[in-house]
Amino acid sequence: MAQVQAKPGVPAARIARQAPSAPTLARPTPQSNPDPALNGVQMTGAEAIIRSLECAGATDVFGIPGGAILPTYDPLMDSQRLRHILVRHEQGAGHAAQGYAHATGKVGVCIATSGPGATNLVTPIADANMDSIPMVAITGQVGAAMIGTDAFQEADIVGITAPITKHNVLVTDPAEIPRAIAEAFYIASHGRPGPVLVDIAKSAQQATTTFQWPGRIELPGFNAGARPHQKTIQEAARLLATARRPVLYVGGGVIRSGASAGLRKLVDLSGAAVVTTLMARGALPDSHPQHLGMPGMHGTVAAVASMQKADLVVSLGARFDDRVTGALNSFAPHATIVHADIDPAEIGKNRAVDVPIVGDLKDVFEALVPALAAEHERHGKPDLEAWWAQLDDWRTTYALGYTPTNDQLSSPQHVIQRLGELNDPDRTIYTAGVGQHQMWASQFIKYEHPNTWINSGGLGTMGFSVPAAMGAQVGAPDKQVWAIDGDGCFQMTNQELVTCAINEIPIKVAIINNSSLGMVRQWQTLFYDQRYSNTDLHTGHGTRRVPDFVKLAEAMGCVGLRCESDADVDATIKRANEIDDQPVVVDFTVSRDAMVWPMVAAGKSNDEIQYAKGIAPEWDRED
Amino acid sequence: MTKHTLSVLVENKPGVLARVAGLFSRRAFNIHSLAVGQTEHPEISRITVVVDVEDLPLEQVTKQLNKLVHVLKIVELEQGRSVQRDLLLVKVRADARQRTDVLQIVDLFRAHIVDVSTDSVVIEAVGTPDKLEALLAALAPHDVREIVQSGTVAIGRGARSITERALDRVATA
Repeated sequence: MAQVQAKPGVPAARIARQAPSAPTLARPTPQSNPDPALNGVQMTGAEAIIRSLECAGATDVFGIPGGAILPTYDPLMDSQRLRHILVRHEQGAGHAAQGYAHATGKVGVCIATSGPGATNLVTPIADANMDSIPMVAITGQVGAAMIGTDAFQEADIVGITAPITKHNVLVTDPAEIPRAIAEAFYIASHGRPGPVLVDIAKSAQQATTTFQWPGRIELPGFNAGARPHQKTIQEAARLLATARRPVLYVGGGVIRSGASAGLRKLVDLSGAAVVTTLMARGALPDSHPQHLGMPGMHGTVAAVASMQKADLVVSLGARFDDRVTGALNSFAPHATIVHADIDPAEIGKNRAVDVPIVGDLKDVFEALVPALAAEHERHGKPDLEAWWAQLDDWRTTYALGYTPTNDQLSSPQHVIQRLGELNDPDRTIYTAGVGQHQMWASQFIKYEHPNTWINSGGLGTMGFSVPAAMGAQVGAPDKQVWAIDGDGCFQMTNQELVTCAINEIPIKVAIINNSSLGMVRQWQTLFYDQRYSNTDLHTGHGTRRVPDFVKLAEAMGCVGLRCESDADVDATIKRANEIDDQPVVVDFTVSRDAMVWPMVAAGKSNDEIQYAKGIAPEWDRED
Repeated sequence: MTKHTLSVLVENKPGVLARVAGLFSRRAFNIHSLAVGQTEHPEISRITVVVDVEDLPLEQVTKQLNKLVHVLKIVELEQGRSVQRDLLLVKVRADARQRTDVLQIVDLFRAHIVDVSTDSVVIEAVGTPDKLEALLAALAPHDVREIVQSGTVAIGRGARSITERALDRVATA
């Protein structure tokens, strides 16, 4: 075991083949915390699961028991190191584990039973896979002898989740449980993070085994990441030092890597423009003068235009998603592309790349910053004055804004903006569901720190907000967590507020209640001739209010507040912030006609961005 | 579309073939043929996949395959630099009157008769997909009752072994 403590979690094969000076691969896994006294102890497979989770460093797990995982819940009751939060739906457990992982950087853990319990985890697993969130899902499976017989609550969850996990495994031998869980944590958190599912047969949980925590992780086919190649770093530095219109296109990889400090150095040194994608909000403070905001379908004009006109785009942990690029063939048409990512499969996937850099972004910045400084020393700093004059013109002329409503109801943008202004960015985490409120929360709240903005980017999972906020609050008890949610999203997963109330997880929920599936309604307004097919939810002003969110909140053990006019917005937010011993739900009744702008219509070129309805920016104004 | 032959060395673990095949279908690649079997090392299996795909998407699917935890190594085997073989079994109705004609074709293609009954023969042929296609064309005028064909298996020419280094990795681990 001494070997384990010296270099926990490092694959022996790699240690053997790599020179000792390969710090990326030798980076210790902080979650590995084995107890040497456990090895050789006789116990049930169920107890081995609990001890393994403890050894892997888990402290908080989210789940619901059921038939096939029942044996594991018995020793769980006596665990001194695991806090189990009993959720109300397995989807809530999964999103909570994601929120927890996002807020802490640790691996999130969720537990469910076989069959429907496991299939209810499918959405959060797919979500974690798209957004590269380190998560381990433990599911019970029917007894080994019953597998394949269509037994009660049997589902082939390994088969179902194979395309949406980073890895998964079925365990039928109790002796394999510690290794399977150790590997799951290792795979989930190394290289590009992602979800790993461990499906454990009930018979393996019930059988007796000898506990053996693996001394080393043996995964010959698993690539945890390489050091960036010095030659490509040099080339990237040369390009950054000579480009006239450079843009750093920052994606969620910077957040996952914990590389914000390195990014900041590169930004300051390069003088380049910076855009942060939906997954990267907070990677660079919004207050930074070189920050142009979010690119993409609902990005700022300046952010979108900067890449369209750039002569160099340096992608840092981003993946050229269609919501960022618009029509791919006209995205950043003049730009040389440098693409740095830990996952080699991302490089060249959507856009051909001129300079590929494979590596952890922390290492990329560590190498790129001094390389760029050396370039500057040789050739001087590039003159970016004309570029910044152009960028500043765009950002002042086409600043983010919104038009006041004409139905006496609050503007949703105003509510969200005030939430951002009345909460301390240093101690507030925001989560969001998916839709208009998500875009406004990304646009109108100013993020100053990484991991303070948690949302479902790739999969676009409605209902993400409340359970993710719950998980974030469990992981960061000293932070204030505001779930910004829509009335549609809220009705998908609000039952986790019961979990929050009972477990004293005092999240705050701002329902941006426009009484409709707002983003779909916006598309119906713009592209379907204002035919509002099935988007009216009857929850808002002047409706029957089914459900009444204030009463619903109270029924779930939360404080329910309602705010119906601009005049009350500040006071209501302050009142919600004063309550810290109970979850709070605020029903902000807002206008349903507000739309998210700017917008690049789906499939259109980013050149066709509209600042507001019918208003296209003038690109080359002569001053 | 171009045909590419990939040799995929994988750990011999349950479900690994399904993962590899699933990855191709998920990313909308058409698998032309697939063959899987043991190697000289019991812990390693070798999957030979022939896909119809352009170069750029091939690179993408190779990278995605490399991300599968049980995939150890992927090598593309080019036509000229590798030996590629399929196995074909054909059941042909052949009574005494037709048998001579059929046997002549079998001889011509260096195939074998592996089963004979009063009115039929089973022909075994090994060769490149082109050769087997030609054999089937020659047999077409006869009463072909049943055809079964394996996926292509392929191995590089020369002394170099693609399994050596993969074996190293498993052995060290």
